[in-house]
Amino acid sequence: MLEIKHLSYQVADESGEELGILRDVSLSIAGHKFVVITGPNGGGKTTLAKAIMGLVQPTGGQILWNGEDITHLSVTERARRGISYGFQQPPRFKGLRVRDLLELASGRDNLTHDEECQFLTRVGLCAADYIDREVDASLSGGEVKRIEIASILARNADLMIFDEPEAGIDLWSFARLTETFRHLHDERGATLVVISHQERIIDLADEIVLISDGVITQHGPKEAVFPQILANTVSGCSYMKEA
Amino acid sequence: MDRIEARLLKEIADLDGLPVGAYNIRKDGKLDGRVSTAHIVIDTKTDKSGIDIHIAPGTRQESLHIPVVLTQSGLTETVYNDFFIGEDCDVDIIAGCGIHNAGCDTTQHDGVHTFYVGKNSKVRYYEKHYGEGEGTGERIFNPQTIVYLEEGASINMETTQIRGVDSTKRYTKIVVGPGGEAVITEKLLTHGRQTAESEMDIVLAGEDASGRVISRSVAQDQSQQTFYPRVIGEAKCFGHVQCDSIIMGEAQIKSIPAITAESPNAQLIHEAAIGRIAGEQILKLMTLGLTEEEAEGRILDGFLQ
Repeated sequence: MLEIKHLSYQVADESGEELGILRDVSLSIAGHKFVVITGPNGGGKTTLAKAIMGLVQPTGGQILWNGEDITHLSVTERARRGISYGFQQPPRFKGLRVRDLLELASGRDNLTHDEECQFLTRVGLCAADYIDREVDASLSGGEVKRIEIASILARNADLMIFDEPEAGIDLWSFARLTETFRHLHDERGATLVVISHQERIIDLADEIVLISDGVITQHGPKEAVFPQILANTVSGCSYMKEA
Repeated sequence: MDRIEARLLKEIADLDGLPVGAYNIRKDGKLDGRVSTAHIVIDTKTDKSGIDIHIAPGTRQESLHIPVVLTQSGLTETVYNDFFIGEDCDVDIIAGCGIHNAGCDTTQHDGVHTFYVGKNSKVRYYEKHYGEGEGTGERIFNPQTIVYLEEGASINMETTQIRGVDSTKRYTKIVVGPGGEAVITEKLLTHGRQTAESEMDIVLAGEDASGRVISRSVAQDQSQQTFYPRVIGEAKCFGHVQCDSIIMGEAQIKSIPAITAESPNAQLIHEAAIGRIAGEQILKLMTLGLTEEEAEGRILDGFLQ
């Protein structure tokens, strides 16, 4: 169970005025749920996800994971307690191969070829082509992103956070990825928190959280929230009217 | 073989005892063991310190180990090794030098290696420098490697120096004949107040010669590194220099690649980059359960792999 209590994250702008990136956010996510966080750009979704992983330190509030207050734990300590995070824009590494990353993620240096194949196949990559390649600039953005997702699959943590897994991924690979997320959902092995704007991912969710301007504006079962989101996103610009 | 020598041999040549095949082990300025084979003959030089190695034409799938260990503090030596490699060979040559300096005097090994590689021969050359010892005396290496590649000949040269060496000044020159190929991979890590300088001239002299330099280095603490990789294209050829360095602490790195085309058909590229480890890289590995120190170590290991 993940519990977020009155979480805030404030930064000062150029004039020194406090900006609320997250403002008094409270949220409970039950174990083994698939929750999609969505909302307009700049609303605070990534900051919230990073705060759960410890990549940003909130200025107020608490984060509890399975009843333990993890607000002040380091990234490493959170990772070792079963929290994982798939970056929206994963870094590249000169000299680290795909195999190295999968081994580091799984915590094992004896992954079998079958296991490596499975992680990569689930993101639409062929192990024979990729396993010995370096995760460097020779890979495209979409390839690095899919390897990032494969590393989270290899990590097999109790809480998997994905920040826009669809970003930068082509239509064909995305279809494969949707199947992988559907599989993760059906397995119910982990709690999944996925930031996404994609209908096909949102459609897999048990619950949807809508974040806008640093606050949660809606949170509920997909069946209740999704139709409202669809209704609200077709209105377009409120200032310009079509002729 | 004593414990120190065994450990040094393990470090520089990954040996767990005496090598298989031809070898020449030099310890503290003297011959410590030698085996010639039917195809690889090693002779002591008569005019100066060092050895001549003759590899017969057509020698394939054979290896030669020529490690050097220095355990006497204050010993300084210059050694000349000449390699005469016949046509159509395919051989591995494993050099390397380990210094254990337990005293307060400087120990220094300057190896001058010259290779004459015959037509269509392939040579893989590994050279690892390693220093250790509790003494305050400096550990210094100033190697020179000169290679002449005949038509269709190639050398794949890998040099490694990770920690332990106070000062090094390396010079490499490779003259590549028609259709020949030189690939040089250099790996270097300096720390403390160590200094390292690597100067290289790759002369692509023959038609369709090619040369690649891949240099990866890490400079930590107050250490200083300087690189001068130079490629000269004298004919229709291809040359590529890639220098990547990670800089840490208060280290300084200077990288001055030069490409010179003396033929309109020479195609030459150089790339050089110096930068810190990106914070995102560390954080990514921390999300996989590594501590900050472990993440940094893993990134450096991978980079120098």
